[in-house]
This record gives sequence, C-alpha cells and structure tokens, in this order.
Amino acid sequence: MSGRKKSTRYYLLALVLGYIAVLILLPIGALIANTFAKGGMTFLKVLCRQDVLHAFVLTFSLSAVAVVLNAVFGVVIAWVLVRHQFPGRNLLNALVDLPFAVSPVVAGYMLILLFGRTGWFYPLLQATGLKVVFSLPGMAIATTFVSLPFVIREVMPVLQEIGLEEDQAAYTLGANGWQTFWRVTFPGIRWGLLYGVTLTFARALGEFGALFVVSGAVSGETETATLFVFRAMDERLYQEAYAVSLTLAAVSFFVLLAMEALRKRIHEEA
Amino acid sequence: MSKMKAGPLSLRLSAIAYLAFMLFIPLAAVLQDGLRSGFSSFANSLFNPAAWHALKLTVWTAVVMALINAVMGTLTAYVMVRYAFPGRAWLNSLIDLPFAIPTLVTGVMLVILYGPQQVLGGWLKNHWGWEIIFAPAGIILALLFVTFPLVVRTVEPLLMEIDEDQEEAARALGASSWTTFWRVLFPAILPGILTGTLLTFSRALGEFGSVVVVAGNIPFKSQTAAVYVWGELESQNRQGASAMSVLLVALSFLMILLVDWFEKRRGKTRVRS
Repeated sequence: MSGRKKSTRYYLLALVLGYIAVLILLPIGALIANTFAKGGMTFLKVLCRQDVLHAFVLTFSLSAVAVVLNAVFGVVIAWVLVRHQFPGRNLLNALVDLPFAVSPVVAGYMLILLFGRTGWFYPLLQATGLKVVFSLPGMAIATTFVSLPFVIREVMPVLQEIGLEEDQAAYTLGANGWQTFWRVTFPGIRWGLLYGVTLTFARALGEFGALFVVSGAVSGETETATLFVFRAMDERLYQEAYAVSLTLAAVSFFVLLAMEALRKRIHEEA
Repeated sequence: MSKMKAGPLSLRLSAIAYLAFMLFIPLAAVLQDGLRSGFSSFANSLFNPAAWHALKLTVWTAVVMALINAVMGTLTAYVMVRYAFPGRAWLNSLIDLPFAIPTLVTGVMLVILYGPQQVLGGWLKNHWGWEIIFAPAGIILALLFVTFPLVVRTVEPLLMEIDEDQEEAARALGASSWTTFWRVLFPAILPGILTGTLLTFSRALGEFGSVVVVAGNIPFKSQTAAVYVWGELESQNRQGASAMSVLLVALSFLMILLVDWFEKRRGKTRVRS
C-alpha cells in the first residue's frame, strides 16, 4: 500500500465521517442539549402533562391499528403477489409502493375527498352514523396508508426464497391449506414479517402530514405526539416541543436497535 | 394441486379489495377532483404564480439534494464496504437513523440548530449572511437528512458483489486508483446510484413534515408543493389543492414506474430498505 493511497483513504474516511457528524449527529445533539437546558425535571414535567400523555396514547393506538391491519393484509398481498398468476400482477407489484412516494399531505387530502361532506362515501357514512374525517377512524386509515408497503416488501423476498417444496410436501402428507400455512409457511416468514412490522410501527409513530390534514388536531382529542410538537412549536412552547420530540426520537432509536438485532437474526437464518 | 399452490381465490380477492380500498379508490378520488372542471382549469391552477413558484422550488431543491446525496451516499457506501475502522458497526446503525426519526422531529432539530436566534444559526447569518431557516438551504438540509440512507443502501449490495480481484488486476496493470474507480467500480455500481437517486428525488417531491417546520409556509419564498397543498386546504381553495395533488400523484406514479422499469432491466429484485 503506497503512502499516497493511504492518505486518500484517510481523507475519504474523514469526509464521510464529517458529513454524517454535521448532517445527522449535530442536529440530534442540539435537540438533546436544548431539551435538558432547563434540567431533567422540566423534561419530566412536560411528559406528565395531561395532553402530552393523551397524545402518546393516541399515537401508540393508531400505530397498533396500522400494524395489525398491514401485518394481516400485508402477508395476504405478499402471498398473492408471489404465488398467484393473474393479468396486471407486475403493475400491481409496482403500485404497492405508491404510499412511499405519495406526499403525506395528499394522502390525508384523499381521505377528506372520500369521506368529507362532498365525498363519494359520505352518503354511506350518514346512513351508518360513522364519522371518519376529523376523527379517529380517518386517522387510523391515514396511518395505515402511509405504512402499507413495509410488510409486503419484507415478506415477499422471503416467500420467494422459501419456494413451494416444503408447502407441497406438507400438502402431500395430508395437511390442509390452513395447516400448511401455520405450520410450514409462517415459521419461514416470521422474521421477515417481524422486521416489516417493526418498520411499519416506526413509520406509523412518526406520521405527521396525513394526520395533520385529516385530524383537525383538537388538543386532548385528535392530537397525536407529532401533532402536539407542531402545535407547541407554533405556540412557542419550545420546552414542550423539544421534550416530546426527543421522546419520539428516543423511541425511534430503540425501534432501530430492535431492527438491527432482527436483521442479524434474519442473516443468521439465511 | 394448483388450488393448493396458490391458495383459494378469496385470498386474491381480499388482497385486491384491501389495495382498492386503501390505495386505488382514494387515488381515483384525487384524480377525479383535480380534473373535475376540465383540463384547462387544472392547468390554470398550476400556472397560478404561487403554485408555479412552489413547484419550481420543490423541483430545484430536490434536484440539488439528490445530486449531493448521490455523491455522498456513494462515498459512504464505499467507505462502509471497503474500509475497516473502529466503530464501523456502530456507524452502520447510525446510517438508518434518519428512517426511524419522525421527519417532523428532523425539522425541529434543524430549527434548534440553525434558527436565526440560535448560536450556530445566528453566527452563520451575521458573519456569512447565510439564511437557512425559512430559506431553500434549510429545505435542502432537511431533505438530505431524511433521505440519507436511500443511496447508501442501494449502492452497498452492488459494491459487495464486485470482486476485489478486478480492482487489483486494474492496479497491477498500472491504473491509478482514480482510473480504477472510474473504469472498474463506477460502471458496476452506476445502476444502484441511479435507482437510489431516483428514490431520493421521488421522496423529496412529497416531503412535508420536516419541510413545513424548517421552511414554513411563505408563498414565493420557501413554500414547497406539498406545503402549498396544505396552504390551499387551509384557505378553502379546493381547486388549487386538488390540482397540485394530481400533479404530485402523477409524479409519484411516474417515479415508481421508472424505478420499477429500471430494476427489471437490471434483473434484480428490490433491495431491502
């Protein structure tokens, strides 16, 4: 290894580390420093506020709904996309990614157009007395929409790898379709599914734009943790905004650690 | 036998019903509303000066950001794959962090750091005249943070596939490391760079949470397309909101199909994000 090459190596490493430090670590450090600038008690006091607790409960509940719906239907959709042959399958496969690309604001607006006063489904809602826009069902749909592709994208490659042999063996031995799924297919996809669920959960926790449009953000009612942060910034309640932001970031960090552990697990199994 | 292989038809029907309800019907509702009063009023809404400015701002900040991300993402992937250094595993987790942090929180962090009343933001403004918050620079920084992992994670698997022997051979034949990079490595990882950059760009076009905090909602200055949609909704201008939404949806559609076409041509399945 020549001296010149070695120095290129150090410059390149320094450049990349410097970039990550300035782009990612510096802002995170600033958030931590400002949250605790007034001491740890202020931080705890903010988290014990009634509206903040309510916001976190709502955020976790909406994420739970999104996780359950997208886990169940995600596996079904992944299965159909991998195992079924039908016209338009390739296009469908590409379009599944749309929630990643569509702006969250537009996602929220779509629901207003569908379920709002002039929407296609409004007559149906009136007949049943349900409320979607500016209330929890709409927020649950919005959260589910933005996190829809994760489980599908994580389960599909695993299903492809598993192939059909084991399923067919089970079937030949007399297991029915349902038994085959639970005893043979499911153990094969469970880590991929769990990874997808983790990603879904992380994305759902942090959703803002779609909820902002569809919720009406009534404090103590339809205000999630991210919506609280936005209102607090707007009303110059900076300590409140920082404390909730940091908590959200910390939860995301732990979700990330779980993801890393899972990824190792998946690699070991592969 | 074929029934067992695929599972019953009801499975396919429930998959399609879920996607229809969650995805296709809502998208159709936006398209119908945006084009409801005909194409010319749709076009008029987009050429309204504030809308047009927001569109131009969105596209140019996204392009600048995507280019920076392409270069830095590729370099980061190279360093991660080829160099061994203490803390590498730790750094590897750090790269995914922007995916996990809510984008609104990203916006808050940048305001804390670069706000004109803050230490760093004040210094940049007074000594250099650089405005970051409520300005395009802030938008670009926010987008860089939010999309950082995309290029890294699409280029990494391609770099891992390349035999180091090829590089060794090129070097042994007298090529400089620069020539080796351009002639041997670059062509092999180019598809990954392009896919990652497209994903970055497409993500940037619709970004809202981080941008609305960093750039605010100032027409003709720092209002992006997604923030424009929200502004129009606030001021009850449904036509304007729908027209911009249709355009954004159409662009996302185009990006999705482009990435898909690209990956098919490469004959690869999608990499894990």
